[in-house]
Amino acid sequence: MTTVARDPATDVDPTPPVEKPAAGPSRHRFRAAAGFALGAALLFAVAPLVLSDFRLSLLAKYLCVAMVAVGIGLAWGRGGMLALGQGVFFGLGGYAMAMHLKLADAGPGNMPDFMMLYGQLDELPLWWRPFASPWFALPATVLLPMAVAFVLGSLVFRRRVRGAYFAILSQALAAAMVILLIGQQGTTGGTNGLTDIQGFFGYDLDDPVNQRMVYFIIAGILLALLALTRHLMQSRYGELLVAVRDGEERVRFLGYDPATVKLVAYVVAAGMAGLAGALFVPAVGIISPALIGIVPSIEFVIGVAVGGRATLLGPVLGAVAVAWARTALSERFPGTWTYLQGLLFVVVVAFLPGGLASLVGLARRRTDGGRRPGPLVRLRRSRVEAG
Amino acid sequence: MTVLIGQLFTGVSIGAVLLLIALGLALTFGQMGVINMAHGEFIMAGAYTTYVLQQVVTVAGWSLLVALPVAFLVAGTMGVLLEILLIRRLYARPLDTLLVTWGVSLILQQLARDVFGSPNVQTRAPELLTGNIALPGGITVANNRLFILALAGGAVVALTVALRVTPLGRRIRAVVQNRDLAAVSGIATARVDRMTFFIGSGLAGIAGVALTLLGPIGPTMGTNLIIDAFLVVVVGGIGQLKGTVIVAFGLGVLQATGEYLTTLSVAKVMVFVAIVAFLQWRPQGMFTLRTRSLA
Repeated sequence: MTTVARDPATDVDPTPPVEKPAAGPSRHRFRAAAGFALGAALLFAVAPLVLSDFRLSLLAKYLCVAMVAVGIGLAWGRGGMLALGQGVFFGLGGYAMAMHLKLADAGPGNMPDFMMLYGQLDELPLWWRPFASPWFALPATVLLPMAVAFVLGSLVFRRRVRGAYFAILSQALAAAMVILLIGQQGTTGGTNGLTDIQGFFGYDLDDPVNQRMVYFIIAGILLALLALTRHLMQSRYGELLVAVRDGEERVRFLGYDPATVKLVAYVVAAGMAGLAGALFVPAVGIISPALIGIVPSIEFVIGVAVGGRATLLGPVLGAVAVAWARTALSERFPGTWTYLQGLLFVVVVAFLPGGLASLVGLARRRTDGGRRPGPLVRLRRSRVEAG
Repeated sequence: MTVLIGQLFTGVSIGAVLLLIALGLALTFGQMGVINMAHGEFIMAGAYTTYVLQQVVTVAGWSLLVALPVAFLVAGTMGVLLEILLIRRLYARPLDTLLVTWGVSLILQQLARDVFGSPNVQTRAPELLTGNIALPGGITVANNRLFILALAGGAVVALTVALRVTPLGRRIRAVVQNRDLAAVSGIATARVDRMTFFIGSGLAGIAGVALTLLGPIGPTMGTNLIIDAFLVVVVGGIGQLKGTVIVAFGLGVLQATGEYLTTLSVAKVMVFVAIVAFLQWRPQGMFTLRTRSLA
């Protein structure tokens, strides 16, 4: 009994995505381009003009969360993998960036301030050294999370650990990472994390102009990630991913290897989370275990659920909206926000599994005459695999 | 040798705590397939029940004894309410259940914060449970650890007996093994589900009572426990209790050994790596229930 397991990575059509005929290819592409231009205009022109420096730096932080959300949308909404440990990848990216910036702040040959403070070390630990070079640290912010996701994912998906098992394992990974970081206080900063980051490749982060620059970098990268994700979703690979979500066994019998299909989405999502973590550091000036543990990891998911897990823009808008609501409400009534967040989980996931985007979908279907069901309608129709 | 036995006992007592917090989940997650992230908050409810009862019944020994059944009822009732209001609607969507119950756990945590305050509270342990027993060979064993071990053992025995011989237990097993066949045989599966959930959540309440002997009680105590509890059930394999018991003690001993050889944080990570490695070998957990249902 030999089954030919085709490798979807090489099997994906290299030519540009084939548009679904019903949608009208040119109209479809035009709409996407128009939406993209509108988003760029909002992020690059309107927001900097309208918002104060303070609000703009908050928005920069939200956009980092949105980047994680795009990845979760791909892995969970399209791939059915509920990744509850994205904080790990966010943290790996964040720590890699923060380690480099701390070393750059300290100057060549010096140790970061917190290591002097704890006074346990006479010299820089070996594993910190490569991060002194930006040529190592910058790629590491993305490649390190991807590598971890690759190792974990290939172990777990190959053995068909899925559904809730996968969710719990990924959550346990977040718990383990936080415990490790806190336990190794001398070299990781412990509970405090890496704080008080001053410079960003020679630019002083206290200067509002430079903060603005960081915002523009973040907005640009977010748009690029959205374009990449759209491409992935529209490609044959994207179809395959949805197919694996809806009927993993069927896809296997068709001759594909579902493990590889899932692995690609998981690794891409991890890379996005890593990049988001790396950009979060200059935007906020800190990375700490409290930002990457179990609780923040699951909070990344709620924005995705609210916006609409299986859509491209839903996770982004949902993540920004939830993060904004959190700041606005928890400033004034800290307790109320926790109740509201709990209710959001309950109400949205139980009664509106397609998120707010499904409301848009419903309205559009009414005007469209229900010709082409959107991805969310497909989501609801599909029997969610018990795993 | 003394060190070895001492470490072994530390491991067993960590295992007993793991077993107590996981036992309820072995029923609700293992038997029914419901991922209840609010299970940790049911444990918290049991712990706070003990705290409240101690304000009323001031003799610590008596309040602890009263707390055991009361906590079972309190947590069990919370579980049934959750089942009726939310989980029942979500049986077809396990991953969504996870997120919904996480939301419930957030609400319960904040509720605890509003009622009892954010700082941790402490209960007084009965005098009988505060000392140590010296065993021959220079090994000392803490009384409260011994009590928890006995409690965990008692809970396992009681649950096993209940599942094996009582009519309800028979019905629970029938529903687990083949829900449709159970239904056509005249078993009210919805009612069995509710009772299973009551018992599973009630066991969380008992675990909460036990935890008051080990440390302070706080609104976030559930979050720290829930992952460990799920890992025990996942590795043990769903559908039976045997695996949960073995894995709870196994992980306890592994962690105690790791802690002895390295540090607490490294030991935790070691346990995680061991779990991933174990699931490579047996992705369905240690034991699986073979049934003819297609679920």
